[in-house]
Amino acid sequence: MIQLLVFLPLVAALIAGLGNRMLGDIAAKAVTTLALFVSAALAWVVFVSTGLGHGAAYTLPVLDWIDSGDLHIAWAFKVDALTSVMLVVITSVSALVHLYSWGYMAEDPDQPRFFAYLSLFTFAMLMLVTADNLVQMFFGWEGVGLASYLLIGFWYYKPSANAAAIKAFVVNRVGDFGFSLGIFGTFLVFHTVKLDTILGNAHAMQGATFHFLGAPVDVMTCLCLLLFVGAMGKSAQLGLHTWLPDAMEGPTPVSALIHAATMVTAGVFMVCRLSPMFETSAAALTVVTYVGAATALFAATVACVQTDIKRVIAYSTCSQLGYMFFAAGSGAYGAAMFHLFTHAFFKALLFLGAGAVIHSMHHEQDMRFYGGLRKNLPLTFAAMTIGTLSLTGFFFTSGYYSKDAILEAACARGTEAGYVAFVVGAFVAFLTSFYSWRLAFLTFFGAPRWAGSEHIQHAAHGDDSPEADAAHPGGTEGTNDAVGQEHDHAPVQAQAPTGTGGYHPHESPWTMLLPLGVLSVGALFAGFVFHGVFLGPDADTFWRGSAFVHRDLAEAMERVPAWVVWTPGVAFFLGLFLAAQNYLRDLEAPQRFTEGFRGLYTFLVHKWYFDELYGLLFVRGAFAFGRLFWATDRNVIDRFGPDGVTAVVGESAVLAKRFQSGYLYTYALMMLVGVAAAATWFVPRMFQ
Amino acid sequence: MTFPILLVIVLLPLVAALWVLLAPGSDDARAANARITALVVTLIELALGIALWLAFDTSTAAFQFVERVDLFAPFLSWHLGIDGIALLLIVLSTFLMPFCILASWTSIQKRVPEYMAAFLLMETLMIGVFAAQDLFLFYLFFEGGLIPMYLIIGIWGGARRIYASYKFFLYTLLGSVLMLLAMIWMASTAHTTDIPTLLTYNFAPEAQTWLWLAFFASFAVKMPMWPVHTWLPDAHVEAPTAGSVILAGVLLKMGGYGFVRFSLPMFPDASVELVWLVAVLSVVAVIYTSLVALVQTDMKKLIAYSSIAHMAFVTAGLFVFNTQGLEGSIVMMLSHGLVSGALFLCVGVIYDRHHTREIAAYGGLANNMPRYALFFLLFTMASVGLPATSGFVAEFLVLLGTFAASTWLALGMTTGIIFGAAYMLYLYRRVIFGTQDRADVLAMTDLNARELVTLLPIAAAVLWMGIYPTSFLKPLRAPVANILARLHHAAAPVQTVVPAGKAVVK
Repeated sequence: MIQLLVFLPLVAALIAGLGNRMLGDIAAKAVTTLALFVSAALAWVVFVSTGLGHGAAYTLPVLDWIDSGDLHIAWAFKVDALTSVMLVVITSVSALVHLYSWGYMAEDPDQPRFFAYLSLFTFAMLMLVTADNLVQMFFGWEGVGLASYLLIGFWYYKPSANAAAIKAFVVNRVGDFGFSLGIFGTFLVFHTVKLDTILGNAHAMQGATFHFLGAPVDVMTCLCLLLFVGAMGKSAQLGLHTWLPDAMEGPTPVSALIHAATMVTAGVFMVCRLSPMFETSAAALTVVTYVGAATALFAATVACVQTDIKRVIAYSTCSQLGYMFFAAGSGAYGAAMFHLFTHAFFKALLFLGAGAVIHSMHHEQDMRFYGGLRKNLPLTFAAMTIGTLSLTGFFFTSGYYSKDAILEAACARGTEAGYVAFVVGAFVAFLTSFYSWRLAFLTFFGAPRWAGSEHIQHAAHGDDSPEADAAHPGGTEGTNDAVGQEHDHAPVQAQAPTGTGGYHPHESPWTMLLPLGVLSVGALFAGFVFHGVFLGPDADTFWRGSAFVHRDLAEAMERVPAWVVWTPGVAFFLGLFLAAQNYLRDLEAPQRFTEGFRGLYTFLVHKWYFDELYGLLFVRGAFAFGRLFWATDRNVIDRFGPDGVTAVVGESAVLAKRFQSGYLYTYALMMLVGVAAAATWFVPRMFQ
Repeated sequence: MTFPILLVIVLLPLVAALWVLLAPGSDDARAANARITALVVTLIELALGIALWLAFDTSTAAFQFVERVDLFAPFLSWHLGIDGIALLLIVLSTFLMPFCILASWTSIQKRVPEYMAAFLLMETLMIGVFAAQDLFLFYLFFEGGLIPMYLIIGIWGGARRIYASYKFFLYTLLGSVLMLLAMIWMASTAHTTDIPTLLTYNFAPEAQTWLWLAFFASFAVKMPMWPVHTWLPDAHVEAPTAGSVILAGVLLKMGGYGFVRFSLPMFPDASVELVWLVAVLSVVAVIYTSLVALVQTDMKKLIAYSSIAHMAFVTAGLFVFNTQGLEGSIVMMLSHGLVSGALFLCVGVIYDRHHTREIAAYGGLANNMPRYALFFLLFTMASVGLPATSGFVAEFLVLLGTFAASTWLALGMTTGIIFGAAYMLYLYRRVIFGTQDRADVLAMTDLNARELVTLLPIAAAVLWMGIYPTSFLKPLRAPVANILARLHHAAAPVQTVVPAGKAVVK
């Protein structure tokens, strides 16, 4: 069954991708979508039997892979509770995104390719989470990277999309650099890459040392940190996060599936999967906690000033991943996985909702040109509101349960890192509430400001015919960001002319609304239904060793003071209030703020200057060194090498001419000298 | 007497080359004859190569299919035989040859019989190198290979072909002279040129160092290693497509093969002693040539520089003295043979249509050449080392091996996976993605049947080697174990893990 679950998406991807135009749009879409729904159904069966039903974990070998010396790697599926959670998340969201794309991509001329990529991605992601060894996990890891690269650059005629795709791949490779070294080190220490063996023996290696780069270091700390670099890349943690916002160049369903619900959570999954390893190194856990907290804070601050609807949600994702990491760093792997689980629902919902808005607004993504959409898009509005409530942790929504658990765990952990994470997390909860409600208010409330949008002007002037859309599939989604940056120094509302511009947004088709509905149910109730399973007193019996469970941490979480429990709620209301004050009541307030704090505002708008710094250091640096070395090839190596030899030979030819006197005796003499020299060398050796 | 399969596989192309050259008829008839003869013969060679593989006994490290005629014993005899390493390289050579002929089918119109004869001669010499069991026989094949390649570049090459072929010749010859001197010394010291005997002969450690350096001079140029690599980009750029395929696919492997066959098992002490040299040059090569690849504007030059980086993985893996490193290096040779060969074929496909290798002249090919875009993507990813392609298995094993020897080396070499992704994806983006306004580029047609037939089998092999590399690793085990046994007493550097509670010892 697990084989069918994993391979169906691959088969579907191959059929749709290779069949492509021969097959036609409908067939390609039907094959992939159907395959995904079957996979999703199977995944729930696995989840119920293996996860909820406490079925036995098992490993199913498929094929030998690499066998070299004492290294044995097989293609195999490992199914346990942790895997089953991921299976459900991946296949459910993927199936819904496939369905959603029927509507969203309806006007695109290249649909089979799109659906093939989506299914290929799903396959790679499934391979990642079912891996029974680190190398197969790396296969899935790189596979999702490839699919992500292809999907971000799906509209390959857009330079911005191509740039974003390469950036995503290369930045992820920096993470993979660490991941690879981690795998090599793990093999050196444990003589295997099989997860069961590594995790079983991790404890015995606690405190062992080896030489890394000449310095004696703690083995487990070193390995965990190397592997964590991989997790940072994939999960867009501070330092290696720069690719994620740019990845919004891809079509919105991609953002929902890959860059919100599944792929970016792979790092969190990895840390949880390897939790017995991380538990052997307090130093590594501390680093994980600080990195997670720093990312949560960084991304949330940047999200507050973004004007592109997708980018706000992208930074929000980045920030929420930070939560998951500091939960894991605090030893609350269950809470991290639970937040991963609920986040998949509400963040996919938000992205798909944003997609519906973008779809309705003729590919306008800038929130400054939205406003008042709740009347035109009531269903989308309802779905987005549910998503926002859940993200901001409103009582009894999914996000409420998972975020509360994370903050309580950080506080209950009792370490310095834990307290820092708690304080940062609480402040970020406030920021989250602020930017989320800012998004909701800018989009759905107030007066329409559509007239200022070029996309809307095009549409209103009669270019709205299907032909025009087909000629420009995907419109210029994402490209207006560059323009947006230019305008960012001006306040949000004041510059956009108000009015509808004669445009009438319409609600999206049912293929798009149905996934929104399903995800809304998840965003509302998944936390309520499952929090007992993931986090409750019986969490041990659910995870059964697939993720490390701290009994004492769970007990400490029960005993945290009441004000800790209430903190997220307070943060929620503060954020909501501030957003309402600025974006519903006093519309001039944001402008006053940006003028008052110009330095801070510029810093945030430039996303803490990471892109500028990296661009200067790494991109331009690499090209400069490349040119320098290339010049070295020609001006140094060739000059003193072959070209130099040529010149010398030319010179000595002149010299040699003197010996070529033409007189026979000169030649005879030279020959004699030569023969004598050769004989002197050879003869004694031949008769030794 | 059994069927002398190695004799046939070595000499058949030579006979065919003579027939192609001497066949009578009009120019057109001779050209047609040359093409068809070359294709048929290379296909027979492929069949023979596969037959070798099927009949090969992977359980032993001993040389198989041995043929021996003592010509001028004890120096120089006709002595052929293969182990698993040679087997796979021979299969690689015979596998690539038919595609070279097909790739030249229409693009070569000048002196076709001579061209095909040069390729057939090339095949004889390549297989000879891998099958030779006599020191001087090896040298003859090894150096003989220079001549047809020199001609291929010099006659059918691009505008600067004379400079390129001259540079190619000068570099490789210079190294060879030193190797010949070393071989003469070895023969006079050990009183034999029999390779299996020399493999167990223990040269004095001081002598080993000099011998090792002399062989190194030749093999390092052939690899090529930094800083004696500058002939390769020029040679590739000027060579016709099929010439590049053979150059990258097989000729570069001769250096690596030389290290495996001679330097490691014959001079184990020197290998261990001079490991630092190889390690430093490998790391420099990876970083240096990767960055140079990033700024190239000529497609072939870019792939040529990437080849140097990939060959650095081979040298690094060979000199870490463990199973993974050694097997990974050999798989890297095979994988690079396939992948870079395929990439040069891919360049040839668009060069045949648009007659330029300038990257800037292309772009937006995903529109009019989707099948081409797919193949190019696959080979790009294989070059980058994406798991499930051959490149990954090779890179992974090599790097895993380096980590066990030195974390510095592992760190330096692993940067290659970042750089590799950068220059290859940047190339792919500029050629395949983006928009295109120029009508002549837009009018380029997608792969035709002949081109599909050339790329499809290589793609299949790349995936096969990536998903089920056991087929390729199996023949390597016994000979690799043998080499490691030779190196065993030479105390190679290894990383050690100190359990908790014990003092750290340096």
